[in-house]
Amino acid sequence: MVKVEFLGPINQETLEIEANTLADVANALQEIEAVSSWLEKCAVAVNDEMTNDLNRVLNAGDRVSILPPVCGG
Amino acid sequence: MQGTESPSCLLFVVVDMELYHGALDVKEIFNRWLEDENSSNYGAYIPFVGTIRAEDNIEALSFDIYEPVLQSWFDSWVKKAESRGAKVKMAHAIGDVPVHTSSYISAVFSPKRRVALELIDEFVEDFKANAPIWKYDVIDGKRIYAEDRSTPMSGSGLLSQK
Repeated sequence: MVKVEFLGPINQETLEIEANTLADVANALQEIEAVSSWLEKCAVAVNDEMTNDLNRVLNAGDRVSILPPVCGG
Repeated sequence: MQGTESPSCLLFVVVDMELYHGALDVKEIFNRWLEDENSSNYGAYIPFVGTIRAEDNIEALSFDIYEPVLQSWFDSWVKKAESRGAKVKMAHAIGDVPVHTSSYISAVFSPKRRVALELIDEFVEDFKANAPIWKYDVIDGKRIYAEDRSTPMSGSGLLSQK
């Protein structure tokens, strides 16, 4: 199981899902109505490291963070 | 100091990055950074201060920060600055920051002005685009995500691929 946490304004509790790669996480999240509309504009971190690789392998206990559009300052 | 807001509470500080609960004490931070680099032989110190403007009936802006990724982002800028003989610093607020107070300060120190002028521009623009910070308008005590002013970070959309 990996943990998926939603940061900032996304109103969704942390999920625990079965996933071997980020592509599995993508498939799972696309099925969840409350989060699917966010995915197009969200970036992704695994264990606090930003990633662009959908084939990134995930291990049990990994933490996937979903980062919506930002505006600091 | 203007205003009557209570002094902000420093949550934590790592090397050259400071996060506070509430509005920043700009003069204290400015002066301390200046004193810290007093003997570093930098010829240029260029600070940038972000102040909350009164517009659209807001009482305050409010901020969420994801600190681990912010730290990595900042560390990459520390290295970039070092490679050009310069140093970057930043301070940011978490939670509510009332209008006419400050939520953000960044600064560049460098031996000569040109590097500092270029770096402050790049640093602040990349901060706006890629620092994991979320902004909300506070109106009638409610937080409303500033979606129309927000920018998707680099690599956004990865998980929307089929």
